[in-house]
Amino acid sequence: MSIPFYDGGIAGGLLSGILFGYVLEAAGFGSPRKLTGQFSLKDFAVFKVMFTAVLVTAVGLYLLRLGGVIAGNAVFIPTLFFWAIAAGGLLIGAGFALGGYCPGTSVVGVASGRFDALVFVAGMIAGTTVFAYLFDPLTGFYFAAKGPDAQRLPDLLGLPEWLILAVLIVIAVAGFVLGSKLERARGGPFTAEDVCAPDAGTGDETPVSHTTQAMKA
Amino acid sequence: MTTGPRPFWPPLVAGFALGIALLATFLITGHGLGASGFVTRLAAQISDWLAPAATASNSYFGPFVKAGAPLASWITWEVIGVLIGAYVGARSAGRSSVQVERGPQVSRGQRFAYAFIGGALVGFGARLARGCTSGIGLSGGATLAVAGFVFLAGFFIAGFLVSMLARRVWQ
Repeated sequence: MSIPFYDGGIAGGLLSGILFGYVLEAAGFGSPRKLTGQFSLKDFAVFKVMFTAVLVTAVGLYLLRLGGVIAGNAVFIPTLFFWAIAAGGLLIGAGFALGGYCPGTSVVGVASGRFDALVFVAGMIAGTTVFAYLFDPLTGFYFAAKGPDAQRLPDLLGLPEWLILAVLIVIAVAGFVLGSKLERARGGPFTAEDVCAPDAGTGDETPVSHTTQAMKA
Repeated sequence: MTTGPRPFWPPLVAGFALGIALLATFLITGHGLGASGFVTRLAAQISDWLAPAATASNSYFGPFVKAGAPLASWITWEVIGVLIGAYVGARSAGRSSVQVERGPQVSRGQRFAYAFIGGALVGFGARLARGCTSGIGLSGGATLAVAGFVFLAGFFIAGFLVSMLARRVWQ
């Protein structure tokens, strides 16, 4: 049996999703205040969690390839289309700062009871539909400045992969140290107490007053 | 007795757990985690319900509806999994939070407007980028794809800029 399994079935999809949703919720990523706290420098959870996850997976894939468990071209690597991907990143950063979520975290927001997340999802459906009906005039931009197929940082920079991973780990550690300092200076990070109002029926005491406070807050 | 919500996991712990979940997804499927692909399929399905002829002839949505049910896809099951995982996690930790979460200076109506506008920008941007924070930022970044890092640079630059210009929304 070879790895990856290339299994696109229901069970695998549900399992991946359940792990993803459970961890995002546990990280506090159902809360738009915690998420956008990244950009006011009050809460570095977005940077810390994402960077750690990227590196754990990147090092894991590197070691599995080194150990001969997976082949060099075993996993999907997106290809760069510079302008479209840069513009898409800018738009998602802007929409995240205004709306409080990205697509994955908005699903977590909905699952944890937030009505604003539901409105955000409706906005995403609208934005996607506008894109689809503007696709013809956008086609040139969409495919412009294409990079080499499945290009990776080691290819682009001509450096060994272990060195790039080591540099990224140093950047991550520096980001953790600096981020924690900035968080403390700004009275962060947001805790579960700050951003989660217990819904009616789960708290042992007067959940209504908590909810009301949260609505007013 | 007061029982508050259980604390969030420390970022390092959550990051390791997310990395393990992402690595497991790569080993099971050969690709990473995503979210906006589901929104695309949902939008194509809704468009097909409302305007079947226009959807079929649309150059972006068309291929999704021509292939049959747009929602019959791995990403749909993954997003259902995210809903289940997040719901169970929030319930079991006392973090379920039925509310309209917003900054102290905005009304509920304003919050809904910002959420809709932000969502629309994100929906449009995710189609341009061929993925979102999870699909191209996280999963692409984890494969060390150049595309992933170009995306993340754009995401953080615009996030900081817009957050500075629109400080009122959250502070």
